[in-house]
Amino acid sequence: MTTHPATERSGRRGGRSARNPVGRAGYAFVSGYVLLLLAFGVLPTGYAVWLALSNSRNQLVGIGNFTRTFADYRFGPAFLHIGLYLVVWLASLMILVVLLSLMLHGRMRRTSTSLRFLFYLPGALAGVASVLLFLILLDPAASPVGWLLKSFGWDSLAQVNAPGHLPALFTVIAFWTGAGGWIVVMYGALNSIPDEILEAARIDGASTLQIALRIQIPMITKWIAYMLILAFAAGTQLFVEPQLVSLASWGMIPDSWSPNQLSYQYAFQAGDFNGAAALSVDLLILGLACAVLVVFRTGLFDRDTG
Amino acid sequence: MNNDVPVSSRRPLRHTAVAALGAVSLLALAACGSADPTPTTASSPAAFKPVAQEKGSEITVWADATRVPGVQAYQKTHPDVKLKIVTYSGDANGANDLQTKVQLFDRSGSGWPDVAFSANVNDGTWASQGKTPYAAPVDKGLIPLSTLNGFAHGALNPCKANGSTYCLRNDLAQNVLWYNKELMGKWGYSVPTTWEDYQALGERVAKEHPGYLVGTAGDAWTPEVYFWASQCTASTTTGAKKVTVDLHDSKCTRMAKLLDSLIAKGSVAKDTVFSAGFIKNQASKVLMLPGPSWFGQVLFNSTFKIPAGKIAAASPLKFEGDAKNYTGNVGGGLWFVSSHSKNLKAASDLATWMTTSDDYQATAGTYPAYKPAATTWLVNQRSTGYFANDISPVFEEAAELIWPGWSATQYSQEAIYSSTVIPALNSGKTLIDTLDTWQTAITDKAKSLGYTVN
Repeated sequence: MTTHPATERSGRRGGRSARNPVGRAGYAFVSGYVLLLLAFGVLPTGYAVWLALSNSRNQLVGIGNFTRTFADYRFGPAFLHIGLYLVVWLASLMILVVLLSLMLHGRMRRTSTSLRFLFYLPGALAGVASVLLFLILLDPAASPVGWLLKSFGWDSLAQVNAPGHLPALFTVIAFWTGAGGWIVVMYGALNSIPDEILEAARIDGASTLQIALRIQIPMITKWIAYMLILAFAAGTQLFVEPQLVSLASWGMIPDSWSPNQLSYQYAFQAGDFNGAAALSVDLLILGLACAVLVVFRTGLFDRDTG
Repeated sequence: MNNDVPVSSRRPLRHTAVAALGAVSLLALAACGSADPTPTTASSPAAFKPVAQEKGSEITVWADATRVPGVQAYQKTHPDVKLKIVTYSGDANGANDLQTKVQLFDRSGSGWPDVAFSANVNDGTWASQGKTPYAAPVDKGLIPLSTLNGFAHGALNPCKANGSTYCLRNDLAQNVLWYNKELMGKWGYSVPTTWEDYQALGERVAKEHPGYLVGTAGDAWTPEVYFWASQCTASTTTGAKKVTVDLHDSKCTRMAKLLDSLIAKGSVAKDTVFSAGFIKNQASKVLMLPGPSWFGQVLFNSTFKIPAGKIAAASPLKFEGDAKNYTGNVGGGLWFVSSHSKNLKAASDLATWMTTSDDYQATAGTYPAYKPAATTWLVNQRSTGYFANDISPVFEEAAELIWPGWSATQYSQEAIYSSTVIPALNSGKTLIDTLDTWQTAITDKAKSLGYTVN
């Protein structure tokens, strides 16, 4: 057995950085990111945790802000809304992105470059601009696909924006604005699978479906897990879509439809930054729990053995 | 498991995570204060102490795009005043930008605009509250009482708190009965003077001219147009942060039943007048429309493109059993002078000019709250030749008829109606069906902002 480069590196780690400036270059490269991470990630998170555990007089209140916000009449509906949205959004994202990537990578290689560009295009627009574009599409009177909306029996924006439609509606907007980028990532991941493996499978008589289910998807599981973690975190923090659709529909969507909107209401309507921080920490805990679960279930951080 | 990663390398990470979690848990368990947010303290206007004044210093003005030309006009006539003009949403259409930014400036201790315009008539409720309210009391020597007394009766009510006045009213949005004079004459209909007549005519229109409309109930400001005019106790302030909400009062149910009957007949729409669908398909079929004074130019002229000489205004309606007719109020902007301003003199002068000057107000798009400016404004409206009758007497009458029982609150009745009642109407429910849900929504929202509801 040969010595693995990683083991070798760890054995001489101390001396190398002192003698070889290349060792220090790594630190220089990551330093900018680390500084920004500290300034705009770690410190604000720490401040939010402190706010969540204290009151406006800077006294420690334990979990008081959490229990108080939990008892708020808007807490349950907001988390229920976001829960329903996540179910629809994550399921459709996982299935459609993987499916489209497999199709582009397999049968549609000739047109895949153009199609990947087309899928990515909505994501290249700023998020708010994409949502604004969608607001026109959702109004049966102004939309170029008004006939489609009318075929569902929706003749006005008020009918399109009915409360029961919102999780699906926000999923469509989020998919339109975000899925293209993930398709590009998944396509890249599929490209990393050696052609020899796929070729061998084909020679052994595996069908396209079998190759997808038994080879391609298992080999890009870590990428799918990565997408799941980020999509879950982004989904729980839904804000722009309900906020803008609410403005465009003259307030038909409650101002605390999602937990992030509720947090905004706490901070900027009631001036209660501690309650707002408690809600943000709730979302942080949810995102972290999902990440930890996915990381340990999929071995996302395990190194590939050579 | 990957053998290349030494097990020991994960331990420090785990130890750090466990230590951090432990520290947070200890902090969470240790509690020595109350988690209740700071109760809103009402500041006494007598206690207002200006910051150190810097004569001639630059003042920052925040205004919406509609008001910015006015501020620029002020700058032209006052070249010695150093102005920094910032265009922002003006808190229009439910935006909450001014309060959001002021909350942040309160935390950072700087950045407040010296003068700010807000299109949200409820903004006075928070700007006058707190340990150091954003707004300065303008009646304590900043603006002469003779000027303040020139505003229409009740116009400054949304600015009043703690026995003082914290803002100046830009414009009024008193409701009148708009109607298509040409069609009314052609069909031989008389303009109603009571809500009962209005209902009867609405039923006739539904039968004789199906598709034509006498009103809409799908607008965010339906409560302000119909329920406020009916003297419905949807939001009656009885003290500092105390409000009465009783939608089952007969003065609420009479209007709900009236609208329900006309919605069922089809002469009151469930859509909003500003939706693309309404503008495209129904704007030309509006026979009557109770609504604010700004509907004339903004809605009928600019949005619906109804030709000149057709649209007229009549007095607000009353119920037969009532002694007097009342109207609601749909908007009307406010000008604030910041209590943090280092140049209160210049800031007050600008706010005064914007609200009272004929140079600006007489040509503004909406009805001035300052009475002398309103008189000149009405002369200008006559000269446009757009309306089919002289709107002056109706506008002046309605300006004095805003029911005082419905007060500005920190929460928006418009937003609550939009998110609670309009979806229910569109799902086939009636207004009467939704009164309970609507009442609960107002009560919950009020309580969440520290109001005592009874």
